Amino acid sequence: MTFVTETLAWLTDGDSWVGPNGIPARLLEHVEVSILVLLIAVAIALPAGLFIGHTRRATSLAVGLANVGRAIPTFAMMGILLPFTQAYDPALGFTLYPTVLAMIILALPPILVNTYAGVTEVDRDIVEAARGMGFRGGQILRDIEIPLALPVIVGGIRSAAVQVIATTTLGAILAGGGLGRFIIDGIAQNDDGMLYGGVVLVAGLAMLSELLLSRIQRVAQPSGRGRLPRRPFLQLAELPPREAGI
Amino acid sequence: MSAPARHASGATVDFEHVSKQYDAHAKGTPGAVNDLSFHVPAGRICVLVGPSGCGKTTSLKMVNRLIEPTAGRILIDGVDTAGRDVTELRRGIGYVIQQVGLFPHQTIAQNVATVPRLLGWPAARQRERAEELLALVGLDPGRYRNRYPRQLSGGERQRVGVARALAADPPIMLMDEPFGAVDPIVRERLQNEFLRLQEDLAKTILFVTHDIDEAIKMGDLVAVMQLGGKLEQFAPPAEILANPASEFVARFVGADRGLKRLSLSRVSELDLRPAVIARVGDASAEARRRSATDPFPYLLLVDESRRPIGWIADAAIPSEGRLDERLAHSMSPLINRRTTLKDALSMLLDADVQAGIVVDRTGAVLGLVTADMIAERMRETAGDARFAAVDLETIERAGAIGAIEGAAQPSEPAPT
Repeated sequence: MTFVTETLAWLTDGDSWVGPNGIPARLLEHVEVSILVLLIAVAIALPAGLFIGHTRRATSLAVGLANVGRAIPTFAMMGILLPFTQAYDPALGFTLYPTVLAMIILALPPILVNTYAGVTEVDRDIVEAARGMGFRGGQILRDIEIPLALPVIVGGIRSAAVQVIATTTLGAILAGGGLGRFIIDGIAQNDDGMLYGGVVLVAGLAMLSELLLSRIQRVAQPSGRGRLPRRPFLQLAELPPREAGI
Repeated sequence: MSAPARHASGATVDFEHVSKQYDAHAKGTPGAVNDLSFHVPAGRICVLVGPSGCGKTTSLKMVNRLIEPTAGRILIDGVDTAGRDVTELRRGIGYVIQQVGLFPHQTIAQNVATVPRLLGWPAARQRERAEELLALVGLDPGRYRNRYPRQLSGGERQRVGVARALAADPPIMLMDEPFGAVDPIVRERLQNEFLRLQEDLAKTILFVTHDIDEAIKMGDLVAVMQLGGKLEQFAPPAEILANPASEFVARFVGADRGLKRLSLSRVSELDLRPAVIARVGDASAEARRRSATDPFPYLLLVDESRRPIGWIADAAIPSEGRLDERLAHSMSPLINRRTTLKDALSMLLDADVQAGIVVDRTGAVLGLVTADMIAERMRETAGDARFAAVDLETIERAGAIGAIEGAAQPSEPAPT
């Protein structure tokens, strides 16, 4: 059990908390990259999912793409992207970019599928009642479909966030910082304290984001439908069984 | 900001050769409609009734253009709906659907104020209007305004649905099985309340149901539709029951249509038979003499305020002394002038003495009603009996009286 004491020692060592390679700096990098990736993924997947859900167009294409995206392991994705980013600009090879790109691609499916599924699962009778009363298409989306689908949409972002935070760790392998730096460096320097300290920090950050987003998800619940049933802590897949089975 | 909806007492609705055809191979399409023409006067309830797949809901949805006709025109107050802006058209038409379609994430007050909100009314006026309408449909605004739909019972939700459709005071309401999702007791209450509301509102209402009894009860006019979206008969309910225009209509209204007609007439339409009455404490001999001159073999004993106590058979009236309550040996059902002939007859069938006692609001006797009088009234109002034989025939074919329910469907192969 020496690694426990070593980990504690590393975590409590004042030197671990200062400088450009200190925990606060690395944590900040990690969070920055994760948020950047999430924002970009949301900016792409959310409108796409809303469009597909509202219009019912291109549904099978979207679900198919999303599943392909989900089937490729992140590390493989980084490997696939590396030559492309290098071809685009050799300087971009061993930097954070392949990681960021790979993570965006991996964050898209849960957000896209949940958004689309959330919108399509809104009761058709309600939507037709709205149309019959003179809602325009955009008003139906804004006033009816999005509010009712919001918990499912936030659920998708929640899954994506946890994946992204975990995956940002891999960014350290190619280049860049983040909490993964401690794990890579810990292995390289045979420093178990640093290695497991990094692990603890990544896991803690993932759990924290999970907690935060599940709280947001509960707030997003339309008041009329009651509280969400309590979900298992750290639930990774937020997908409806139908889509998950494809 | 749009102008407040004009206080409308209904608009006319005309269907002119309206058809809706669907691709024969398409699955799950609603019923087609074939050359539908009729005129609904302003302020009347027109019920579209027929078996599932007869196109009644399709017809309804063509009015607010949720479905566009493939041929023909629908006119509201003489103006072709096809030429109007679809959103503006819909905001001027109240719409109630079977599952009510309340927005689960909005409060009851927000739900009711939906169309005023779309029309851009000031918030205060929206709130005011929502409260006014909740009160109108019998829901205490203070209690219900901030609740959510899932906290309401089925009947309460239906009321909110009606309130929401009335919010912008539209001249026309479309109601698709609005009372379909509640139990029969609540449904009856909602129907009665709605009819009372309509007396004041005088909206033009198109109402869809598959239930012929509801159609007869709610409709000023009833459109009976046949599979394939063909209009079989368009007439007031009494006319449809008395003179079904086709064998289909006769079958659809059912072999008991005579009984259904009874539910359209009320005791007040009858000339009541005067009752021979005597008060408690009257001289027996005199009462006996009076009762003997009347063919009805019973004397009705009443109290000081002419409220009935019970019957005394002529033979049981003592020849001397005073009448007393203990002489009354049986009682008939008490009926008021608003009772339908159907209910009156039903009560009579259960009574010992075959005469219903009609009383006024204070419970005082007005007169008597007998089964013969009801039958006579039905004979007077019956039209020609072109399709009278149909029922007998179907009953014979079905083999048993007990199969009358099933006899509503033809047992021979459907005409091609």
